[in-house]
Amino acid sequence: MDQIIIQTLHGLVNGMVLAMVASGLTLIFGIMDIVNFAHGDLLMLGAFVGASVVGVTGNYWLALVVAAIVIAMLGALLQITTLRPLIGRDPLTTILATFGVSLVIQKYALWQWGPSVRRIGEPVPGEFTLFHLQYPWYRVATAVLAGLIIGGLWLFLKYGKYGIWIRATTQDRVMAQAMGIPVPLVYTAVFAIGSAMAAASGVLFGPFAGVTQTMGFDFTLRAFIVVVVGGMGNLGGSILASIFVSLLESYASIVVSPAQAVIVSFVVLVMTMLFRPTGLFVPTPK
Amino acid sequence: MTATPAARPRPPAVGYWIGFTVVVALLIVAPLVLPPFWQRFATEILIWGLLAMSSDILIGYTGMVSFGHSAFFGLGMYGAAAALLTVKPPSLWLGLLYGLVTAGGAAVFVAYFATRLRDIYFAISTLVFSQIFYVIIFTWTEVTGGENGLTFSQPRLTIPGLWSDRFTPVTFHWFVLAVVLLSYLLVRRITQSPFGMVLQSIRENEPRTRAIGYHVERYKIVAVMLSGLFAGLSGVLYALQNKFAAPDFVFFVVSGEVVIFNVMGGMGTLVGPFAGAAFFLLLREGLSRFLTEYYLIPLGVIFIIMIIFLPQGLLGFLRRRLNA
Amino acid sequence: MLVLENVDALYGKSHVLHGVSIEVRAGEVVGLLGRNGVGKTTTLKAIMGMVRRTSGRITFDGRDLAGVPPHGLAGLGIAWVPEERRIFRLLTVLENLRTGLDRPGIAPERREQLLEKVYSYFPILRERRSQAGGTLSGGEQQMLAIARAMMLEPKIILLDEPTEGLMPRMVAQIQEIVHALHRDGVAILLVEQNVPLTLDAAGRVYIMEKGAVRHHASAAELRADQRVIHEYLGV
Repeated sequence: MDQIIIQTLHGLVNGMVLAMVASGLTLIFGIMDIVNFAHGDLLMLGAFVGASVVGVTGNYWLALVVAAIVIAMLGALLQITTLRPLIGRDPLTTILATFGVSLVIQKYALWQWGPSVRRIGEPVPGEFTLFHLQYPWYRVATAVLAGLIIGGLWLFLKYGKYGIWIRATTQDRVMAQAMGIPVPLVYTAVFAIGSAMAAASGVLFGPFAGVTQTMGFDFTLRAFIVVVVGGMGNLGGSILASIFVSLLESYASIVVSPAQAVIVSFVVLVMTMLFRPTGLFVPTPK
Repeated sequence: MTATPAARPRPPAVGYWIGFTVVVALLIVAPLVLPPFWQRFATEILIWGLLAMSSDILIGYTGMVSFGHSAFFGLGMYGAAAALLTVKPPSLWLGLLYGLVTAGGAAVFVAYFATRLRDIYFAISTLVFSQIFYVIIFTWTEVTGGENGLTFSQPRLTIPGLWSDRFTPVTFHWFVLAVVLLSYLLVRRITQSPFGMVLQSIRENEPRTRAIGYHVERYKIVAVMLSGLFAGLSGVLYALQNKFAAPDFVFFVVSGEVVIFNVMGGMGTLVGPFAGAAFFLLLREGLSRFLTEYYLIPLGVIFIIMIIFLPQGLLGFLRRRLNA
Repeated sequence: MLVLENVDALYGKSHVLHGVSIEVRAGEVVGLLGRNGVGKTTTLKAIMGMVRRTSGRITFDGRDLAGVPPHGLAGLGIAWVPEERRIFRLLTVLENLRTGLDRPGIAPERREQLLEKVYSYFPILRERRSQAGGTLSGGEQQMLAIARAMMLEPKIILLDEPTEGLMPRMVAQIQEIVHALHRDGVAILLVEQNVPLTLDAAGRVYIMEKGAVRHHASAAELRADQRVIHEYLGV
């Protein structure tokens, strides 16, 4: 029983972090039709940048902001140099290009920070008691923060001038351009926002397990799965799917090893693609 | 796209056969003149090239990008390992058989699920499937040796009744060359056949192919199986050369490298993958002398630049000629 | 103001425009008539940079449009109301208007004025301003499309078959709007199949056939002698 409560908390917290990662990915896909293979690696870079900032200043919150901004700029640069030339080509080329970017980023991180694991200290100390179990406060804080950031993204998209630009571009790029909306700039901005969210997720996740060069791939894979299960381009769906999949994985890890628990998410993906390809949480397939 | 499935392509030009003969001759002579390190290197290029060629069946001819070829490759390795470890004396042909069956079985499984999906969903699901296989192999330590993999000894080349002798690096190279050549010719025959024409038609315009009346899923399933079989074959060859099977080879990185070979070498050419493998491996060899493990940084950049400016790959310009 | 000189265009592989030359001066309403598929919409798309031009020039206020990116045309004063209307279905009516209203350098009072003006022309839009664009009727969507273009305070509106599929009452309303825009000094390049409306609203008319301009006359001349209309449009 104890295990179930702990795993439920784990599942919810991990789910929120994953939801944040998936939001960035689904934003990029929904608006630009780009499957960003390097998304997890941007997360990883963000985590390293965050770890460095924490190492220098000791301030977690500063690290969060700096990482987000730095990686946002990197994301914009990447979009302009490698993705803009590919607009209009077969969408598979963008997967290949972002895959290439992923390789370069991983090795760069290795070169820049070395192979040892970096640590990000917990931003909020202490644990709280639920029934008779202890659970770290910072994990809860992380989940809340992730929720706030996602909420902020949603608000930004729904209200505000740029939110309208982004949504109009998603629905009808050509007409948006005809209305004077600078679509190339919108694309770059969206990619930057997605990258920033990935980076922030990396910093948020840092205290959980340490920062390594390979942490990105796992997130990319899980985020892909969640985005498909939640419905491509559907923000609310990918959030629900993130929590759903994370909970399932956490429960599964009670029975099997964590390395094997990850198969759960794979199975969910396969089932979804077979039976509800538009997404598990999408109301009715159109 | 004007070729209908019923049209028969012309037989390839003389130029093609001349080029072919020259290349094969070079490959035969290679192990005799190269120092040991480069001997192995040449053999490895052939093996990786075969893997990439199997992927080209999907990417280049059917228009399906697979990120899961490491699974077929790895399973071929482990299948061969199973034969070589369980049956005494270790038999080369049994190793081949087990490897092909294992990889083929996985291919059927993946094909059944994945071919219903288009484009990006297919790519993601192949990635996911190969990761599933990876996790199973990595954690099922009793059977697969887990992290450490399996080691075994290289079997002899036995042709029943005629021959039984150990391999030398040179004869092994020729063996691999023979297998690769046969595979290439076989796959070429297939891609130039009416079946192959349908695959290409699927790549050009899937909805239209379906509308004409072709059962697209069936063709895709067969394509995936063929691709998986040849990928498994390359895995067997790799296992035979190196005498071990390890989970690293089932991990996504290998799939990624395969896709890189395809893109760099030229999709839809069948020989492009070999060129791509050679190009990548040579660059890797050269760059890692100066940059150790960071060779991937410039190599990755070259890859990205090629996607943007040279998407048809090194041999892409030959695509028409190679497909008669 | 808007000048097309000898424009040839390709759509995919087919050659769709041949030596099209059209001019719209400031404040003019110019009609573009012709049967289905003769290239009227393609001409508008050529102006908007959506089809590949193989020869000829298109200039606006003397400036060659060839170098202008697709999103720069609105800033120059060119607004487009496409044949399919292309309302942003998931955006509300107000948000649709805002895609044109949220421009750099426009003062808040001016925004309010523009919005009020458009609501006065189209009261139904004020009523439906919080509704999603996709829930509007065909006629309402057409009004929204025109209103949205007006948000850009354009010098010229490229109006593509605004009365297509509309009930007679709505057609009359569109006619009103065209007159009102003309009074406001906005130039209009009006592509239409509705001949009477075009002849009433326009000063000059071009008639196209098979991707080329075949005839050019003032509306008055065409009203007086209907034979040309009969010849090219069969009505």
